[in-house]
Amino acid sequence: MSFFFHIGRFFVMLKNVFSKPEKHRIYLRQLFYEIENLGVNSVGIVVIISLFIGGIMTIQFAYALANPLYPAELVGLGTRDTLLLEFSSTMLALIMAGKIGSNITSEIGTMRVTEQIDSLEIMGINSASYLILPKIIAVVFIFPFLYILSVFFGLLGGLFTGPLAGVITIPEYVDGIKWLFEPYYITFSIIKSLFFGFLVASVPAYFGYYVQGGALEVGKASTKAVVNTNILILFFDLVLTRLLLT
Amino acid sequence: MIEVKNLHKSFDGKEVLSDISIRFEKGKTNLIIGRSGSGKTVLLKSILGLYPVDSGEIWYDDRNFLTIDEKQRKMMRQEIGMVFQGGALFDSSTVEGNVRFPLDMFTRMTAKEKENRVAFCLEHVNIEKRAFKLFPSEISGGMQKRVAIARAIALNPKYLFCDEPNSGLDPETATVIDELIQNLTREFQMTTIINTHDMNSVIEIGELILFISKGRKEWVGTKNEILHSNNHTLNDFIFANKLYAQMRRDVEEG
Repeated sequence: MSFFFHIGRFFVMLKNVFSKPEKHRIYLRQLFYEIENLGVNSVGIVVIISLFIGGIMTIQFAYALANPLYPAELVGLGTRDTLLLEFSSTMLALIMAGKIGSNITSEIGTMRVTEQIDSLEIMGINSASYLILPKIIAVVFIFPFLYILSVFFGLLGGLFTGPLAGVITIPEYVDGIKWLFEPYYITFSIIKSLFFGFLVASVPAYFGYYVQGGALEVGKASTKAVVNTNILILFFDLVLTRLLLT
Repeated sequence: MIEVKNLHKSFDGKEVLSDISIRFEKGKTNLIIGRSGSGKTVLLKSILGLYPVDSGEIWYDDRNFLTIDEKQRKMMRQEIGMVFQGGALFDSSTVEGNVRFPLDMFTRMTAKEKENRVAFCLEHVNIEKRAFKLFPSEISGGMQKRVAIARAIALNPKYLFCDEPNSGLDPETATVIDELIQNLTREFQMTTIINTHDMNSVIEIGELILFISKGRKEWVGTKNEILHSNNHTLNDFIFANKLYAQMRRDVEEG
């Protein structure tokens, strides 16, 4: 019952979120703020994680494919396809659920328990729309860019680490990256990242918006939000992969 | 004027407000008092429309708040100012940003007009200009309450609600806040409803006092009548404080 209650309330919240804004100019200002706060401020962590994971994957592929029968280019191909298909979309979304999601839940949750949301409602402002809509649009907008950035730096990580570790040469790695390239993988992953962006913003916003109690409950809501967002990301990853890739 | 008629409100089948009827007058500081858990916050939030009520009527002058449509209700909210217990200032905005927020949202004022209005409101609550650019976390609790009052009056409201405006403040600052609310109420001829259990506020500014106990209207009167009341529940509430018990004895002894 609780599951259906939350699903129902989530869609009620979404209905309010997507209703007509009071003043477009204010919402636009909020949107730019959220793009910077949630998106641009995440670039650093995306770059660092992608560089390291790209490097680690290259070494691991080289180790797993250390057989004279396999062409060395497979290392580049494996790193590229893993980044394109799964890491830079799904794994990154899971990481962002922790960073952006907990930020959204704690921000909105704190506003709830300190009556700031009540204050907006009394002024006649649609608090769900004012607080959540700019966050959803910002995260959905920024996620494909983060995806592209992650793929680029992941490949760059492999390019640095592979030759440095002595497991592959630069030409072999670059040839591998270009070998059997399937552009649809990018389209597929960008579609996924749009879905994941929506989940990373809306699910934590839901948990923050309906929190009751004090600081302890905001912390608990933040944890719940991250866990539930992660589960939903993995579930939709499975569904979208089945629908779009097979 | 705000009038409540036969208001009933329950949570999960448990009645929290029972048959409350009262008329809060314009230009006066109307107080709702009662013990913790007596239902005064529920009453205030019901009047504000934050809680749906089971039955009854809530009149803001000639408009029944419960029967008007959502659009009208939204418009009406711009005539309402609210000061929350904790101030409820937006942490991410400066002092002037907080006061400007309703102006940004609901008016077509120019930047200069907004700046003037913000300065007017903040100066009215005695906030110095150097504090305008500070964030709520950088100012004292008393100042936060005053900024919250300034934000509440920014749109020149007809109705002002205050939920325990003195909680967490020292007696001197609490008196300043009380006087400020009373002066603003008189100056702008607002209908002000204050939710409090601070007896100093009752004695200082209580022009109309509603005492509720266990969700029921127990007593209505003024600050001059409250010390002479024969209502036992009210007396138990007021004279739990030894100072007021002594005050009553002094009054009785002439």
